[in-house]
Amino acid sequence: MKSECALASPHVDIDIDAISAKISDSITRVVRGAPPAVYIRLDRLLEVCRFLKETAELEFNYLSNLTAVDYLDRMEVVYHLYSISRKHAVTLKVEVDRERASVPSVTGIWRGADFQEREVYDLLGVTFVGHPNLKRILLYDEFVGHPLRKDFALPKD
Amino acid sequence: MSELILASKNSALDAKIDTERITLNVGPQHPSTHGVLRVILTLDGEIVIDAEVVLGYLHRGFEKLCEEGTYTQNISLTDRLDYFNSMNNNWAYVKAVEMMMDIEVPERAEYLRVIMSELQRIVSHLACTGFFVSDLGAAHTPLLYAFREREEILDLFEMVCGARMTYNYFRIGGLANDIHDGWIPRLKAFLQRLPSKIDELEALITGNEVILARAKGVGVLSPEMAISFSTAGPVIRASGVPFDLRRDVPYSLYPRFDFKVITGKNGDIFDRYYVRVQEMRESIRIIEQALEQLPDGPIRIPFPLNVRPPAGEALSRIEGPKGEMGFYIVSDGTSISPYRVHQRPPCFIHLGVLRDLVIGWKVADVIATLASLDPIMGEVDR
Repeated sequence: MKSECALASPHVDIDIDAISAKISDSITRVVRGAPPAVYIRLDRLLEVCRFLKETAELEFNYLSNLTAVDYLDRMEVVYHLYSISRKHAVTLKVEVDRERASVPSVTGIWRGADFQEREVYDLLGVTFVGHPNLKRILLYDEFVGHPLRKDFALPKD
Repeated sequence: MSELILASKNSALDAKIDTERITLNVGPQHPSTHGVLRVILTLDGEIVIDAEVVLGYLHRGFEKLCEEGTYTQNISLTDRLDYFNSMNNNWAYVKAVEMMMDIEVPERAEYLRVIMSELQRIVSHLACTGFFVSDLGAAHTPLLYAFREREEILDLFEMVCGARMTYNYFRIGGLANDIHDGWIPRLKAFLQRLPSKIDELEALITGNEVILARAKGVGVLSPEMAISFSTAGPVIRASGVPFDLRRDVPYSLYPRFDFKVITGKNGDIFDRYYVRVQEMRESIRIIEQALEQLPDGPIRIPFPLNVRPPAGEALSRIEGPKGEMGFYIVSDGTSISPYRVHQRPPCFIHLGVLRDLVIGWKVADVIATLASLDPIMGEVDR
């Protein structure tokens, strides 16, 4: 057992301008904040994820959270990334058509995406292309609909 | 040479033995599944060749319910996620709302939040350790040793909020009420006793030959896997990755306290247990420092019952006993109910790694590995 003294390495803010300059043709919008949020073009998602994970000075090796939000006019899939070694964070977002909600799976990049993508598929009806085992995870297989979609009607009884 | 021939003959013999695959359901009702969890094991003899985790038996539609309740009402729902961790659930939730509304919480409230959070961490680690040993077959002395101390902390929680499990103690902008006279002396007396009680519990486990045989070198999670699978808390730290949000993404008053980030080096079941035991000692240190610095003052800023955060979103990240936990909340700016609430559930994410940890091991190791991941189904299924 070893232990590290606390306070040795504080959190770092990321230079979002430098990053977005490098992948500018894949980005549709940047929202400043802590952490900053970057809207990615759907067809470039995997490419950007690999770039963020594999570039040495970025090293986003940790998928901290994955979820989606239904905005009725679109579906937004949200990826909260963090780098354990560099101690910085960024939020990625992709917008998809909610009628044909389909996003490439990032399970090949961060394996922790497996259960979280299944949950988004189950509750919001987003298909993750390339997921090794995409099926419902919290609800039963016979369940009809996706309850976290805003137009889902609760059963009457 | 003859040895070589013998060896190749033996392997040819092995290849011919056709064993029948057996499918074994562990759960959904099983004494060692920590709630209603089902694991479908495919076995070759006693060796696990595949494992599928089946979830959802306790799904209550938490996130959907949050869209119906108001921001304030939802605090009481978070108590029911990981019920060994209600104080931290409360905290992560109100923190996300406070981030959206840009609220500063009074200092005394922040200190009390840290104290409650660390006490809750001790409760969670005690329970996990007790259940872990009882899953290995040591019924029930170590579990009762652990629960005897947990009981003391539940008494302390009951004194501040009237409940032993579902506290509903945090409020947006502070806490529900201040602590009573007599609470701090009782806490101090308990803290004085606790280290020797942890030693007592540890004496039953740490050097125990049976435990070592079952836990050392079993269920090994490599640092690369631990990061890739998004594990957190004691699970990732036992694999040697020093990731602790209290230090790495400092929140609340944690920069004011001196504590150590405990890591293991083998990432096996034993290290996960041992990291938890040592973390309890660090929690005691943090509480002692917080008690020393605790100022007088208000415990809550004046606040309306219903709030309407401006349109936007926030993700809170705090270090719960099981690992990184937080709430992602989206507000539409007009409603007194959140537009969307999502919890980052460490227990749910930890179960994702179970399959990779148990393949190639024996059935009994599945039980030990599962217990070392410390899943609480209230949070897994939400």
